[in-house]
Amino acid sequence: MQFSGTAHRYGRDIDTDVIIPARYLNTSDPAELAAHCLEDLDAAFVGKVSAGDILVAEENFGCGSSREHAPIAIKHAGVSVVIAKSFARIFYRNAINTGLPIMEAPEAVDGIGDGDEVTVDAETGLITNVTTGQSWQAQPFPPFVRDIIEGGGLVEAARAKVGGGAG
Amino acid sequence: MSAIPGKTIAEKIFSAHSGTDAYAGDIVVADVDFVMGQDGTTPLAIRALENMGVEAVFDPAKVAVVMDHSSPSPIEGVSALHTMMREFGKKTGAKVYDVGCGVCHQLIPENGHVVPGDLMVGCDSHTCTYGAVNVFSTGVGSTDGAAAMAAGKLWFKVPDTMKVTYTGELQPGVFSKDLILALAGRIGVDGATYMALEFHGPVIDALSVDARMTISNMAIEVGAKAGLMKADAKTLAWYEGRGDRAPQPVDPDADAVYAEEIVLDASVIGPQVAKPHAVDNVSPIEEVAGTKVAQGFIGTCTNGRLEDLKVAADILRGRKVHPDVRLIIAPASKQILLDAIAAGYIQDLVEAGAVLVTPGCGPCVGTHNGVPSDGENVISTANRNFKGRMGNSNAFIYLGSPATVAASVIEGVITDPRKYFTGGEA
Repeated sequence: MQFSGTAHRYGRDIDTDVIIPARYLNTSDPAELAAHCLEDLDAAFVGKVSAGDILVAEENFGCGSSREHAPIAIKHAGVSVVIAKSFARIFYRNAINTGLPIMEAPEAVDGIGDGDEVTVDAETGLITNVTTGQSWQAQPFPPFVRDIIEGGGLVEAARAKVGGGAG
Repeated sequence: MSAIPGKTIAEKIFSAHSGTDAYAGDIVVADVDFVMGQDGTTPLAIRALENMGVEAVFDPAKVAVVMDHSSPSPIEGVSALHTMMREFGKKTGAKVYDVGCGVCHQLIPENGHVVPGDLMVGCDSHTCTYGAVNVFSTGVGSTDGAAAMAAGKLWFKVPDTMKVTYTGELQPGVFSKDLILALAGRIGVDGATYMALEFHGPVIDALSVDARMTISNMAIEVGAKAGLMKADAKTLAWYEGRGDRAPQPVDPDADAVYAEEIVLDASVIGPQVAKPHAVDNVSPIEEVAGTKVAQGFIGTCTNGRLEDLKVAADILRGRKVHPDVRLIIAPASKQILLDAIAAGYIQDLVEAGAVLVTPGCGPCVGTHNGVPSDGENVISTANRNFKGRMGNSNAFIYLGSPATVAASVIEGVITDPRKYFTGGEA
């Protein structure tokens, strides 16, 4: 599992209210949620993010509300992986459950600037800043997390594992 | 030879619910006593249950869904989500608290759905509120909530515990909200990430159950998974007549192992205010007094309870809200509204110029009931002041106690409420 894209870099304590404001929770349509992703923090984000891009942030990413709409909005905005110095507890679980790859890698965050080209090898945990040539070794995803992410989320992965079930 | 180490409240509750000898760091699969969702998060949980092919909940008496965040519905999209929740209730037998019942975090303990010693999860981050009544309760996302609704169990990592002790004595005009804001200012919004908090000391013992809930409610604002307190005689008295399950209080062992211990002297804590746009951006009120406000809000799962309305009514009785300020009141439940009407608080507040809205979350989360305008400052009793939280990212939210909000809306600027409590009323 490889990711590569442009880094969009933000600060610490990026809360789920700025990731997806509650005024947009009147839908659970991923595309509609994605259209408002991070708009209270950076109104330009949705316009500049391309499929595969990488979100980079400081400590405590995803703090605040338990809304699962937050990782869904980020994922469907096109972000392939979020790299942060640390994640808030509920967001961490929600990201994995909804199939959004996340990595805790403080040194990498310090070495990635906004607009840098970055690649991530989820199997080895290697993060490379292609723009500067630096790389860092982060914790790779455990196999069960990789299965969930490849399956598109916990429910989808579990259903595939038990062999179908509800259509 | 080493003795068997003592346990924290969290370790004991997880041991009892997982059938293991659980300590911090262990991963356990534990039975949950209750599962709750609100109108922002339940629709995704219902969708997840459908995707799992699950038709029933594990026990209809142990599942409730609450319409509180956007209630009554302000827009057709939400109306459809509310319909989906009502149909879910009819199909599964889960309890539905419809519009006007109140905030989920008031309704769940108020109706005895959880009792001391329980383990429960809710699809809302402020589910940690019931730690005040000795329940290990924690917020989860909709997928985890759906799994718990289906199976009655969930996997957990048993958290380390940070012990927070408040010594001394609370001063007049200072409230439990000020105590928890002081902690947030001290340890920061990620100061207790992944941990449980355990609150101790004479100041906690002296607080009412209502006031304790304000503290546990904000455990998540420092990143914590739970905000636990012991069940004492007050807790047990509070439970009389609520539900039919017997409380099973859980005390920590005297030799429990804490990852961190913090002691705060309440005697030197005055009114605190969290400034925009972070809950740990906390100042003593003296530093922000005089800041102009356009809107005040008293309510929410943090401070919408009867004694909060009483404090506000006592200050506002016979006075007027400043002509340039709106004051919005949202009681945390229908029962609180009825009690506040019977006690005369609602009359006092409305006569003073307050606007009463439906029991529920009110304008806290920015979906309805008072979205501030560009550039406006709001003084609120809520638990979050994130940018855009109340529906406008160009507004500025300050957090304080109900007394601080009541004092501030009279003068139109952030005002130290202590003058109403020390006999020095100007």
